[in-house]
Amino acid sequence: MFEDIFNLYEWGAVRQSIYGKTSADVERALAGTHRDLEDFKALISPAAAPYLEEMAQLSHRLTQKRFGKVIQLYIPLYLSNECQNICTYCGFSYDNKIRRRTLTGGELVTEARAIREMGYEHVLLVSGEANHTVGVDYFVRALDVIREHFAHISMEVQPLDREDYSLLMQHGLNTVLVYQETYNRQDYRLHHLKGKKSNFGYRLAAPDRLGAAGIHKIGLGVLIGLEDWRTDSWFTALHLQYLERTYWRTKYSLSFPRLRPFEGEERERPYGLQPKVEMKDRELIQLICAYRLLDEEVELSLSTRESPVFRDHAVRLGITAMSAGSRTNPGGYVVDPGSLEQFEIDDDRSPAVIAEMIRRQGYEAVWKDWDPVLQG
Amino acid sequence: MEDAIVASGSELVTVALRRVDVQRSDDDLLYHLRHPHLHLLPNTSGVRSAREAVFAAELAREALGTNWLKLEIHPDPKWLLPDPIETLAAAEELVRRGFVVLPYIHADPVLCKRLEDVGVAAVMPLGSPIGSNKGLKTYDFLEIIIAQSRVPVVVDAGIGAPSDAAKAMEMGADAVLVNTAIAASADPVRMAKAFKLAVESGLMAWEARLAEESERAVASSPLTAFLD
Repeated sequence: MFEDIFNLYEWGAVRQSIYGKTSADVERALAGTHRDLEDFKALISPAAAPYLEEMAQLSHRLTQKRFGKVIQLYIPLYLSNECQNICTYCGFSYDNKIRRRTLTGGELVTEARAIREMGYEHVLLVSGEANHTVGVDYFVRALDVIREHFAHISMEVQPLDREDYSLLMQHGLNTVLVYQETYNRQDYRLHHLKGKKSNFGYRLAAPDRLGAAGIHKIGLGVLIGLEDWRTDSWFTALHLQYLERTYWRTKYSLSFPRLRPFEGEERERPYGLQPKVEMKDRELIQLICAYRLLDEEVELSLSTRESPVFRDHAVRLGITAMSAGSRTNPGGYVVDPGSLEQFEIDDDRSPAVIAEMIRRQGYEAVWKDWDPVLQG
Repeated sequence: MEDAIVASGSELVTVALRRVDVQRSDDDLLYHLRHPHLHLLPNTSGVRSAREAVFAAELAREALGTNWLKLEIHPDPKWLLPDPIETLAAAEELVRRGFVVLPYIHADPVLCKRLEDVGVAAVMPLGSPIGSNKGLKTYDFLEIIIAQSRVPVVVDAGIGAPSDAAKAMEMGADAVLVNTAIAASADPVRMAKAFKLAVESGLMAWEARLAEESERAVASSPLTAFLD
């Protein structure tokens, strides 16, 4: 299991190693063709900052080699904002006094139809962790509804057991995203105060359970801002490489959620969490390029959390998938537009506008890149 | 895309089932491939096993109205290299079900003969990994395959430049399958035309050399002339 590999590395030592990388290390990393995790350290280190343009050119070419001039479009569909966990950064936190909502079957159909109207074939189902109301049974029913409408189904929900994943796959599930949030155990404890999510190890092993169940694709990532993003990203890369080697039939995807503000009444704890280490736009570009230079086939996804200007330029820099027109609240498209969002959106341009933006850059906006018939 | 395909002079276009909406008759991709001289070759890119390939093929046949199939099983997303075991199993089953099977495989001469035995319509060995544009890295093995094959040989994957295509035709391949080199070029239509010319020239060279070789065998026998 990944934890065996993970425990071999100490956070402080890794962090020190990254910050100790020099421009010589960066140049060596850029020159090579098979880059390893040491090269990745150099590429995400401060020493690589002056080499950003070169990294971007390389990332652009490498991405085109594997993916062509293509951006995959997908959209989140929030099933529920019920949640039994207390997490310091999230609008759905159990102790946040908001109106809780879970979509019924009929409401799910309405939301699905609205999304299909926009052109989407790839959908990402999202929920909080509330196993009584939004547990595996609910997910099975949701999948049965959704699979009538979409060619490709992803989920981003609480970590589940292997048997649960197998069951959901039988009902059409293709991809699961499970972000570790932070790979720093101590920091993880500070931010995940209550509920099943406070179990670091169970979450860490979720990708292993997914790989063992034979899932088609696994999405990894950290919540940038909880900890030093460079060290957290290195651990993400470590996780990615372990998984690629172990579950070699599975595809992988990475995301880069940056801490964003959210609503809610005032509470004791300081909500409106400030990132511990701020990540500038240049640094996010550096990270995207570094991942591409390390791994030619990993999918890199950028959500509507990022600004229009940033997203426009990211199209040619290594990103392979984007969401657009997203609503991060259950019922947000039709049924209940006023319910609380999980995160604030920065780029609220419609899918049609985004697709046109992509086309204008000489790229193709792909709506459909999967078919249920391929999953048997 | 449409213009490039027309410029290439190709008559066979492979289409990933994952990309087309087989339910919709007005699917955008398929619409642009509607030319009388163009034949569709659906492919199963995305499946990871023989079972999935067969299932997908049946649906493709029904939806797209063709029993031609590019059998493509590459469970490894890193290099997209084809799984020989699943491919052979799927090929056998699909031939039995009446498909015209064109399997994508590594340049393994033994595997090619095994596929031939189960009745595939052609073999499609790779030149180098999909998308790599590295040309005919498997040249030596392609030579063996071409020499031994009783079915057409299509060099598929890794062809990065028109010169690679010309080389493949010169060595006796029956066709080449090209995507990335054209699609990702700065001027796909022009590149498609370049490939057309390369394939024609390679084919002509192959035909010319055959003629030359047969003459040579008759004309000179320096080692044994002393016996006359």
